[in-house]
Amino acid sequence: MHRTKVRIVEDALDANNTIAQANRADFDRAGVTVVNFMSAPGAGKTSLLERVVGDLPGVRVGVLEGDVQGSMDADRLASLHVPVTQLNTDPSFGGECHLDANMVRSALDSLPLEEIDMLVIENVGNLVCPAEFRVGEDVRVMVSSVTEGEDKPLKYPLMFRTCELVLVNKIDLLAHLDYDLDRFLYNVDQVHPGAERLLVSARTGEGIDAWRDWLTGVAAAREEMPA
Amino acid sequence: MHELSLSGAVLNTVVKHAGERRVSLVSLRVGRLRQVVPDTLEFYFEFVARGTVCEGARLELQIVEASLRCNPCEREWAIEIPAFRCPTCGGADVEVASGNEFEVESIEIEEAACIAPR
Repeated sequence: MHRTKVRIVEDALDANNTIAQANRADFDRAGVTVVNFMSAPGAGKTSLLERVVGDLPGVRVGVLEGDVQGSMDADRLASLHVPVTQLNTDPSFGGECHLDANMVRSALDSLPLEEIDMLVIENVGNLVCPAEFRVGEDVRVMVSSVTEGEDKPLKYPLMFRTCELVLVNKIDLLAHLDYDLDRFLYNVDQVHPGAERLLVSARTGEGIDAWRDWLTGVAAAREEMPA
Repeated sequence: MHELSLSGAVLNTVVKHAGERRVSLVSLRVGRLRQVVPDTLEFYFEFVARGTVCEGARLELQIVEASLRCNPCEREWAIEIPAFRCPTCGGADVEVASGNEFEVESIEIEEAACIAPR
């Protein structure tokens, strides 16, 4: 027996990125804009979607709901009469903590791509793993709620760096917390200079119009592109 | 959990190149910005490698320090904390020069030695 060194130099996430590009090409062909929607558990992703998905002017939205288990979130959104597809990650070891490109690929056939203009992929609640795995999205949006603390951009820089928009949720609670909003926004700027951010409350509806406009703008940007 | 997913990605990359040959060592270059905990990655790699050609293989990590480059200033500097603005001009036109790596650099495979006929 002898040992031979073989030089490889290959990004270990290449396989995922290749499948993500194939997903993106399929979504492009169907004319569907894809939003990868991420946050820590309990930040308010589903509540923020409930506020807007049935009500985007001229944009038909579908949701792909990623959860480790159950269909509670999907049931909430289906009651708004938008097409919702559930993707559970639990068949693999202990339930994956994120969606990867292959999981989204496996759901392609069950998505009504001809009937929608925008697909929101609600990722598994987690600030670490989802940031590593592209799924074929056009844009990435994350939610950071004020109850999570202002240091989160510094602790999870990869997530904050790769998102086009940061929604700062639960701002109706600011008066009751020691949370330093300016400090948080400064930290976002340190980690991702120039990142867009919107202050919102899914509970009171504050900032929801701006969130709806942002999504409508993303969908409109596709229509302006030459086919 | 992050490291579990990543160790699976490393394993798939190595198996693709190794085929049926047994692997004894995997050298991985990991950028500081990937937020990888080396011990955890090694632990999970040993776990996911069981039953594959990588079973028992050692995972060797080279950590690549993070550095940024400001395009207008053409300045390059190392960072210890995730601050991505240029300290000279305050601008945001900054690229990651190193620190995002997550690549299988090389593997060591075991091959039966050729016995030359006498």
